[in-house]
Amino acid sequence: VLVSIISSPPQNYPLYIRSVPTENELKFHYTVHTSLDVVDEKISAMGKALVDQRELYLGLLYPTEDYKVYGYVTNSKVKFVMVVDSSNTALRDNEIRSMFRKLHNSYTDIMCNPFYNPGDRIHSRAFDNMVNSMMMQVC
Amino acid sequence: MEGLTLSEAEQRYYCDLFSYCDTESTKKVASNGRVLELFRAAQLPNDVVMQIMELCGATRLGYFGRSQFYIALKLVAVAQSGLPLRVESLNTVKDLPLPRFVVSKNEQESRHTALYSSDADNPASYSGVIPPPPGRIQVKKGSVSHDAVQQRTSTDQQESTSPVVSPQQSPPTSPHTWRKHSRHPSGGNNERPLAGPGPFWAPFSEAQPGSSTSSDPIWSGHSPPPHQENWVSFADTPPTSALLAMHPASVQDQTTVRTVASATTTNEIRRQSSSYDDPWKITDEQRQYYVNQFKTIQPDLNGFIPGSAAKEFFTKSKLPILELSHIWELSDFDKDGALTLDEFCAAFHLVVARKNGYDLPEKLPESLMPKLIDLEDSTVIPVISEVGEQTGEVGYSSSPAEAPPSKSPSMPSLNQTWPELNQSSEQWETFSERSSSSQTLTQFDSNIAPADPDTAIVHPVPIRMTPSKIHMQEMELKRTGSDHANPTSPLLVKPPDLPEENKMSSSVKFTAGNTVNGYSSSDSYASDPEQIGSTVTRQRSHSGTSPDNTAPPPPPPRPHPSHSRSSSLDMNRSFSVTPGQQQAGVVAYPPAVPPRPQPSQGAGPHVHRPVDAEGLIAHTSTSPQQIPEQPNFADFSQFEAFAVSGVNKEEEDEIETHSEVLQVEKPSDSASSLRVAKADGRVEDKAPANVPTSAGKGTTPLAPPPKPIRRRLKSEDELRPEAEEHTQKTGVIAAVLASQPSIPRSVGKDKKAIQASIRRNKETNTVLARLNSELQQQLKDVLEERISLEVQLEQLRPFSHL
Repeated sequence: VLVSIISSPPQNYPLYIRSVPTENELKFHYTVHTSLDVVDEKISAMGKALVDQRELYLGLLYPTEDYKVYGYVTNSKVKFVMVVDSSNTALRDNEIRSMFRKLHNSYTDIMCNPFYNPGDRIHSRAFDNMVNSMMMQVC
Repeated sequence: MEGLTLSEAEQRYYCDLFSYCDTESTKKVASNGRVLELFRAAQLPNDVVMQIMELCGATRLGYFGRSQFYIALKLVAVAQSGLPLRVESLNTVKDLPLPRFVVSKNEQESRHTALYSSDADNPASYSGVIPPPPGRIQVKKGSVSHDAVQQRTSTDQQESTSPVVSPQQSPPTSPHTWRKHSRHPSGGNNERPLAGPGPFWAPFSEAQPGSSTSSDPIWSGHSPPPHQENWVSFADTPPTSALLAMHPASVQDQTTVRTVASATTTNEIRRQSSSYDDPWKITDEQRQYYVNQFKTIQPDLNGFIPGSAAKEFFTKSKLPILELSHIWELSDFDKDGALTLDEFCAAFHLVVARKNGYDLPEKLPESLMPKLIDLEDSTVIPVISEVGEQTGEVGYSSSPAEAPPSKSPSMPSLNQTWPELNQSSEQWETFSERSSSSQTLTQFDSNIAPADPDTAIVHPVPIRMTPSKIHMQEMELKRTGSDHANPTSPLLVKPPDLPEENKMSSSVKFTAGNTVNGYSSSDSYASDPEQIGSTVTRQRSHSGTSPDNTAPPPPPPRPHPSHSRSSSLDMNRSFSVTPGQQQAGVVAYPPAVPPRPQPSQGAGPHVHRPVDAEGLIAHTSTSPQQIPEQPNFADFSQFEAFAVSGVNKEEEDEIETHSEVLQVEKPSDSASSLRVAKADGRVEDKAPANVPTSAGKGTTPLAPPPKPIRRRLKSEDELRPEAEEHTQKTGVIAAVLASQPSIPRSVGKDKKAIQASIRRNKETNTVLARLNSELQQQLKDVLEERISLEVQLEQLRPFSHL
C-alpha cells in the first residue's frame, strides 16, 4: 500500500510518498508517476462540470495484475494517489473513499499551518502518523 | 529547626547526597553510616562534625532526616568555608559554596563535588560534569526572567559564554548565582513582575548563558524528585524567592528571556525549562508573559492571532521552520489556522521548550491543551516552589514541583489517553467511513423510509395512534357505555388491520397491531382486561395473519381465518361458521377480533351474514372481527356489511374466489347494501342520516352513528339472533335490517349517540381505508402469484406436449 500526494500541476512532483511495505518502493513511485496521466485524463474529462465531492474521488484509475491504483484530486488540483495490492480484496470502494477523505482532511490541516508553504514537501509528524495508521488498517 | 534557604544548586546537591545516603531508600532518613562517611569525606575535624550533627538536630533525633541532613550539609559547607558553625550561619552566610566532600566514595559525590565545586568557584572545570540534560529545559516563566532582568544586567556582563550551557561556564556564573542567591531571598520576589517584552528580549540572550550555566548544577542535582525537595522547610522564602534562590537573577532573567524567545538575541539557550517532571507546565509568570506577548499581537485576549502574524512572531525565535511547523500542528488545537490565547501560550511554551533543548512532543502535552492551561495556573504552590530543584524551573517550577510530580504521571497518561482517544475517534471515524460512505450517510435518512414492511411498521405506528386514540376515546365512551368494552379492542385492532401503508403485510399488521394494541391498551383502558385480551388476541391474530398475508394467500388464508378467528373471535365460537375462505378476510382483522364477547357477538351475527355468501361470509366473519376491533364497526351491522365488503376485498386478495363471492353477495340486498355500505362507509357517513341510509342499506355506513347503538342493541340482542343467521346472507341482510331498526332507535336516542356514532364512523372509515389498502395489497400479491403460477404452467406445457 502506498500513499502519495502529488502537487498541483504543472510541477506534478510528489509532495509526499509513503508506503507500508517498503520494498518495491521504486516500483510504486513509478506507478504513481504513470498514474498521473490517467488522473489528468480524468480531470480533463470532467470538463466544466463543477467539481464536487463525488468528482474529487476518481476511483480506480487502472488495475494491473498486482495492484490497483486509486486517484483523488482536490479543488486545487493536488492529487492523491493510492496504490493497493490487488490481493487485498477486502477494500471496498467506500473504504477507499474514506481513506481519501481522511487524507484530504489531514492535508487541509497541514495547509492551515502558516509555516507550511504550499509546494513544500510535507514533513508533518501528525500527518505521517495518520497515514501510517491508515495504511496499517489496510494491510 | 529553622527554615533553611537553599539555592537551587545547593538543593540539588543536597538532594543527591541525601539520595546517596538514603541507602534504605526511605527518602526520609539518611543512613547514619553513609552520613558519617560523608562527613568524614568532608574532611572536617571530628568535633566539627559532632557540632554539626548537634546543630542539625540529628543527635537529638538520633537520625538524619532530610532537613537535618540538609542542615548538616549546609553546616559542612559553612565549616569548610571556615566560618564558625552557628545555626544562624545557615541562612546568613552568603555565597556559601557547596560543601565539598572528598571524593572517595563514589562517582556521585565526586561528580557532585566537581560540579558544585565548580559552582563554588573551584577552578577545576569538569567538562565531565554532567551536562545539562537535554531534556531539561529550564523554562523560565516570564516572571522569573523578570526578576532576573535587573540582576541580569550584572550577570550579563559576566556571561560571555555561549548560550549553550556547559559546565565550564558554570564557574563564572556560579558566583553570580550565589550572590544573587543571597539577594534573592530578600528581593527576589520583587523583581518578579514581568517586564515588558522588550527588555525580556534583550536580556534574554544575556541571561541565557548565565542561566544555562547555573542550570547545570541544578540539573545535575535534579535527580531527587521535587517532592522531596519540598520537604525542606522553605517557609522563609516565598516560592518566588525560592525560584530566585535556585537561580541567580541572571538565570531568571535568562529564563524570562528564553521564554520570550527573543528575536533580538540568539535564542539558543533556553535551558530553563519547566519543571523536570512536567516540562510542559506553564507557570503563572510564564503565562503572564505569554499573555503579554499575545496582547502585543492581538489586543483582544479573546480574539485570534492569524496564522501569518503568528508565523512572523514565532519565526523570530529562529527555530527551524520544520519545528515551528510542528509546534503549530501541536498547538493549533482546533485547526483553524489561528491561535487563541491558550493556543498561543501553548505554542509559545513549546517554542521556549524547544529553545531550551527539549524535544518537541509528538502530541500536545496535556498541560498545554487549551483547556488545561488555565488549570495550571492554579497549581502553583508557593511554598513548595522552593524546591525548585526540579529541573530548573525556579519559582514556578517549584510550585509545579509538587504539581508536576503528580501531574506528570497524569500527563503522560492523559497524553496517552488523548492519542488513544484520537485513535479511537479516528477508528470510529474510520469505521463510520468504512461502514458507510458519505453517500450512505446522507442516504441514511432515506433509509429511514421503510424498506420493508417491517420497518414500515414504524411509520404506521404514529398514524395508527391517532385513530387508536380516537378509538380509545370512543372506547372509553363506549366503555362507559359498558356495552363496548370490546369495541375498544376492535377499534384498536382495526387500525392495525388497516395500516396506512399498503405494505401492510401481516407482519406489519402484526406490529402495528401490537403497537396499537399496546398503545390503546395503555390508553384506552385502565382496567379493561378485555382489551388486554383483545390485544393479545390481536397479536395472535396478527401473527396468524401475517403468515397468511405473506404466504401464498389462497390455501392458507382459509384455514387461517378460521384459526385467527377462532383465536381472536369469540364470534367464531358463536358463529361457528367462518368458513376458512371467508375468514381469510377475517384474517386481516384477527387482531381486531379480540375476545370480546359482546362485540364479537355483535360481529358474529354480522359475520354470519357475510358468511352466508361465499365471500360475504368471510367478510362477515371479518366484520365481526372488525367489530370487535372497532367499536364502531362492531356495533354497526352496517359496518359489518361494509366489513364484509371490505373483507370481500381482502378475501379477494387472498382468495381469488372471494371476488366472486363478493359479487355473489351483491345481489343480495345486503350485498347491495354492502356495496352501498362500502361506498358509504368509506365516504364516512357520520350523520345520523347515515344511520337511516345505512339502515336502509344496511351496510353503507358501517361507521354510521348508530354503530354504537347498534352494537349495544345488536351485540346483545341482534347479534345473537343474527349470529344464528350468520351462516347466510340473509343473516347479513337481517342483521342489516336489524341494524336498521336499531338505527332509528339510535337516531331517536341522543345526540350523544349520534356524535359517538359519528366518531365511530370516522374510525370505521379509517379502519376501512386501511382494510382497503390491505386488501389491495393482498390482491396484488395474489395476482402476482397467479401470474407466476401461470408462467410455470406454461413452462410445463411444452413438456406436456412433448
